[in-house]
Formats: sequence, structure tokens, C-alpha cells
Amino acid sequence: MNVKLSSLNPGDKAVVVRINGKGAIARRIADMGLIPGTEIKVVRKAPLGDPIEFEVRGYYLSLRKNEADIVLVKVKEYDSL
Amino acid sequence: MIRVALAGNPNVGKSVIFNNLTGSRQHVGNWPGKTVEKKEGYAKCFGEEMYVIDLPGTYSLSAYSIEELIARDYIVKEKPDVVVVVVDASNIERNLYLVVQVLELGVKTIIALNKMDLAKSTGVEINVKKLENLLGVPIVETVAPKKIGMDELCRKIIEMKESEEIQMRIRYSDILEGAIHDLIEILEEVKEFRDYAYRWLAIKILEGDNAIMQEVEEKIKTVSLKERIYEIKKRFEEKVEDTEMYVINERYRVIQEIVSKTVHVSKKVTLSDMLDQAFLDRYIGIPIFLAILWILFQFTFIVSTPFVDMIGDFFAVISNNMANVTGISHLDYLLFGEYGVLNGIGMILSFVPLIMALYFALSLFEDFGYISRAAFLMDKLMRKLGLTGRTIIPMILGFGCNVAGIYGTRIIPEEDDRIIAIVTNPLMMCSARLVAFAIIAAAFWGSMAGTILLSLYVIGIVLAVSISLVLKKFVFKGKASPFIMELPPYQVPSIKVAASQAWARGSLFFRKAGTVILFGLLVLGVLATTDVTTLSFTDDVQNSIVAVIGKMLHPIFAPLGWDWRLVIAVIFGFVAKEIVIGATAMLYGVTEDEFASFIAQHYDPVVMYAYMVFVLVYVPCIASIAAIKNETGSWKWTLFTILYEVSLAYLLGILVLFIGGFI
Ligand SMILES: Nc1nc2c(ncn2[C@@H]2O[C@H](COP(=O)(O)OP(=O)(O)O)[C@@H](O)[C@H]2O)c(=O)[nH]1
Repeated sequence: MNVKLSSLNPGDKAVVVRINGKGAIARRIADMGLIPGTEIKVVRKAPLGDPIEFEVRGYYLSLRKNEADIVLVKVKEYDSL
Repeated sequence: MIRVALAGNPNVGKSVIFNNLTGSRQHVGNWPGKTVEKKEGYAKCFGEEMYVIDLPGTYSLSAYSIEELIARDYIVKEKPDVVVVVVDASNIERNLYLVVQVLELGVKTIIALNKMDLAKSTGVEINVKKLENLLGVPIVETVAPKKIGMDELCRKIIEMKESEEIQMRIRYSDILEGAIHDLIEILEEVKEFRDYAYRWLAIKILEGDNAIMQEVEEKIKTVSLKERIYEIKKRFEEKVEDTEMYVINERYRVIQEIVSKTVHVSKKVTLSDMLDQAFLDRYIGIPIFLAILWILFQFTFIVSTPFVDMIGDFFAVISNNMANVTGISHLDYLLFGEYGVLNGIGMILSFVPLIMALYFALSLFEDFGYISRAAFLMDKLMRKLGLTGRTIIPMILGFGCNVAGIYGTRIIPEEDDRIIAIVTNPLMMCSARLVAFAIIAAAFWGSMAGTILLSLYVIGIVLAVSISLVLKKFVFKGKASPFIMELPPYQVPSIKVAASQAWARGSLFFRKAGTVILFGLLVLGVLATTDVTTLSFTDDVQNSIVAVIGKMLHPIFAPLGWDWRLVIAVIFGFVAKEIVIGATAMLYGVTEDEFASFIAQHYDPVVMYAYMVFVLVYVPCIASIAAIKNETGSWKWTLFTILYEVSLAYLLGILVLFIGGFI
């Protein structure tokens, strides 16, 4: 089942399915390596709940909730972390 | 002369390599009309003279950000002989994404594979020879802070310059390559694009890059050619769903293929990961941030204060002793007087330790990797206020000194947000204003003085936030600045890098801001010492041109309940806010000690409160104006700041009197 990247919890792993949208933000997200097929892991949320930190392609990336909203992912497995 | 451009992702070590190459032969400024920093310098390697330019750090070369446009336009239009792409070996996959884009540009390219030490210690193994072959680009392994690989890099640059052809080994999918091929055939006929790399142009057209599509539209005069280009683009669009995404996918696909053959990662939990568990913790993350902010503030102002005082005293003593050296009173005054050249230089110099301490501390924290964490922690809160996470740091620094705050905006990567942060920073009540207001508040409100001062802080912050929201909404409308940001691993900050940053900034301030400050001071000096009627020297301010200006402006300020002396004091406050009290005392003919009780007898508290609000808001001191000019790189924004602040101050003054009338 495909869900929004922003809906995942810390520890969750997923695979990018699609970026919904065009323009600067979609492009930047893709530029950072979030393209279909890319594995991504939620590391943590900021203390105020937003932004969210992810691990992708061996580095740590932070996205705001509304930016993570446009990334559609498929949950891979639940990780107990 | 070999012209070399350095490109790379942010934080890969580009600056260190640039410094290694150029040493002290460098110049720091802004790209024309931008707040983006431009660094250029000269190097001499094996007898060859080189011009080196440090392009803005970028992840990509799209048309969506100013930095990326600057970087790619430089490569496309200025055609450097060699582009060195600095790559972070510990994070190679995403770094190669920029590399393949530079290769699309068809320039002679070298990779400086930097941070090799970090790659090894974090378990990243790279088969460099194979990578070189697959990319078709020479690679030099470097550890920039240890100067490892620098000679080799120079040698490769020289070799590259001499070499004939560029090999292009990267092949995208057949669909994409086919469309590129068809487009190149047409583009070769377009003489307007003769200077461009056709392959790059073709890819950009297929991507639908805004800037390039506009050029195609404007530059190509032959309609049939244009139609053929659009035809190919349309066919490509029909084959792939989203052309821009398709091209990005292709780049990463090629990179993944190369990486899978050349890089082996055995990732371990690092110290950096553990640090983040504390620094970004749900409960203690923000308290730690506040503590670090406090340290930054204390360090900046406590370390610099003794030097600032010493420099001030030193110049005051010299000025006093030189007072009548030339015997020509006007000249003496302009050289050694209160607003003369010597004191002016003293004043400019006295800011230098502050700026150096600030940049030293900021550079340490940035190097350490904490600044991006601060942004991560504060983003949500600050965004509610129309600001971004990092803006909190210059804002807090502004409470010490707006000059420090304005220079501190360097840590904000987005141009729009940086401009907003710069032009609103003067609304943060700096320590100079605090001192002046404390005297007045104590005279009028006694034990309530603290509350009065607090209210002024709050007014400043509320105004800054409101102006930010307005600017964001109406001036930079629709331009959401994304927060798509890397959180780089922590590392031990380099004292040497911090010291050289501090030195570079300090001297830059002295040279650049110094001229503006000195000019402003001298104008005021001349106006304050020239007698209106005789145009000769006068040491009585009351007869000077300034006094006349003050009296002329007085009707405007009469509604605020001031007499002309307060108007003049405000004019002097332009130089530095702490002067306001001294100037007012002098104009009333009382000493600074008597001033408080004197003014308490002569003015109504509401009028004085309105006066303080006015002084809080009306215009940044000349040093901050110079800083604003420096950092925005634009007189437009500088004038905008002055104008909005003066009008706002006036309106608020009236408002305070109006509300005060009911109390
Ligand atoms: N371990 C390690 N750190 C490096 C190396 N090169 C640069 N750094 C550090 O990486 C950080 C970023 O470097 P800087 O030159 O400011 O990056 P820029 O943003 O690319 O200009 C600094 O803290 C440097 O000290 C390297 O080869 N090895």
C-alpha cells in the first residue's frame, strides 16, 4: 500500500514510489536522491514534531512535513528502534 | 593563466581546498546584485599561474535556486579551462549527482575526492581507478585540511588544460540519448547557441528548464528551427511521463550502476549518530540549543568587549592629544574631532574584534555541524513567525549588536530569508540602545524601569516578526523556501579554519563597511561644525548646520512632543545609538549625570516613552547600515530598511501618544 512519507514513524523503512508534484520543491527532493526505488528510513522527528529526519543513500536528510507529504512511499518493514 | 572553477555540494571541503590553493591571494565579495558570496583568488602551481573561483556550493544545477543558476551560468558563459568538482568521499552517491551534471556541460573536469580520511573511518571503500574509468574523469584523492593531494590536484589541472578532447563516457537510456542526439543536430544549426555545450542544452530543453526554455524562445529567430525543437521535446514528453523527473532518474540510475561497481560501504553507528541522539532529543534538544545560543552570545560579546574598549580608549587619547596639531580648526576637527577621521577609524576598528569573535564562534559551530541542527530544532517555531529556523541565531545576536546580527545572517542559505533577516535585524534592541534607554527608563519609572525596557524588547520583536510576515507574503510572494537540507555528520571543528574566517571577515568589514561609516561620520562632522551664517568653523553645535536642519525638521516632529534638541539628538543617533543621551545632554547644557533628573522634570513620561519607541525603531546606526549594504549587496534594500524604519518609528510614536492620551 502506498502512503505519504510524512505519515511514517521513526524507525520505519520504506521505498520511494513517486513524487507528486512539479516545480522547485519536487525537483529539489528528487535532486537529493529520492527517486522511485530509493530506500528511505525515518530517523526522528524534531522536538516540535516538524521537520523530520530521514536516512537516504547513506546520508541524513531533513524535510518538512509538507515536503514529505508529496513523496509517496511503500512501507518495507517495521523496525523496532 | 589557467582559469579554474571549484564546484561541489555544500560542506564538502571546497573552501579549504580553495584556501589551500590560493593562500592569501584571494578576494571575497558578492556575486553582482546577489547576497551570494563570491570568492576568487590566484594560485601558482609548478610555475603556472592560476585564477581560481569558488562557485556556490550546490546539490544540483537546476534553474530553481540562485546559487545553482550562478554556478551553472559561470561554467556555461565564462567557460573556465578546468572545473574541479570537489566530492565528499564519505557520501559519494549523492555527490556524484552534481558530477554527472557538470559532465553534461562538456567542460574539462577533474574530481577532487575529498574527505578520504572520513570515508575510511566510516567504512566507505572506493575503487578509485575503476571509478575514474567509468566516469572518464581524472580523480585526485585529497584530505584538504592536511593538504594531502594538493600538488597532485595542481598537476592534474595543468595536464587537463593541455589535454585535447573531453571523453564523455556517461550514457543515459536510449530514449533520452536518442532525443539528445536529435536535438543536437538541430542545435548545431542555431548560431545563437554556438557558444553553448549542445549536449547540455539538449538535456535542459528536454527537462523543460525554465531559464533555458526562455533563451530558446528569445534567441532562436528561425521559426522552423524552433518548431523542430518543440516537436522533439513533445515526442519525448509523450514517451516519458514527467520529463524532468525522468532525467533525474536517469542520472541516479547511471550513478547507482557506477557506485555498485566501485564503492563498498560497511556502515557503523558513529559517534556522530550518538551525538544527535542527545542534540536532537525530544526533551533535551531545545534546552541544549538554548544553552549553546547563550554560549555563542556570551563568547561573541565577552571576548570582544575588552578589545573594543581598548581600541576606543586608545583612539580617544590620541585624538585628544592631537586636537590642535594643524592649527586650522576645521581641519583639526575633521581629523581629530569627535566625528573626525581618526575617531572614525577608531570606531570602525572597534567593531572588528566583535565581528572576528562572532565569526570565530559561528564558524566553530558551523564546522562542528551544529548550525543545521539548530535549524532543524527551531524550524517549526520560526516558520510560524514567517522566518526560518536559522534566523533565530542572527536575531539573538542582534540583541548584542545589530552589526553582529546582520553579519550572522550568512548562515541562512536562502537568499529571500537572508534578506528578510537582514532588514529586520535592526529591530532587535541592541545593547547600545539598551544603555541609552536604561538611563531614561530609570529616570522616569524608577522601579518599573525593567518592565519598560522589557516592553521595548517585545515591541522590537513583534515588529520584526510582522515585517517578516509582510515581506514574505507580499514581496517574496509564493516563494516558499524549502527546508530540504542535509544534516552532515559532526566533526571536530578546526580552530585554524575559524581563525582564518574571523580574520577574513574582520578585514573585509574594515575595508568595505569602513568606507561607508567614515563617509557618514565625516558628513555629520562637517555639518555639526560649520556655522550656518559664516560657513566657518564653530564648536557650538547650536549654531551649526545640523542645528538648522534639526530646527527645520522640528515641525514634523512637534506632534511627537519633542523640542528641536531632541530632533538633533536623533540625527546624531544615526552615528551610534549610545550618542543620543550624550548629545541631548550637551544640547540642554547639562552633564550626562544630571541629564536623567533634568529630562524627568521637562518631559511627560508618555512623550518620553514614545521617544524611546521612536529611537528603537527609526534608523539603524551607521555601522549597521554599512553592514546591511555589505550583506544585501544592494543600496535598494539598504534604503528600503532606512525608509520603512523611519516611517514606522514615526507612526508608532504617534500611536504611543494617542494610546497614552487615554491612560
Ligand atoms: N575529515 C575531513 N574533514 C574535512 C576535509 N575537508 C574539509 N573538511 C571539513 O569539512 C568542513 C566543511 O569544509 P568547507 O571547506 O567549509 O566546506 P564547503 O562548504 O565545501 O566550502 C570543515 O569543517 C572542514 O574542516 C577532509 O578532507 N577530511
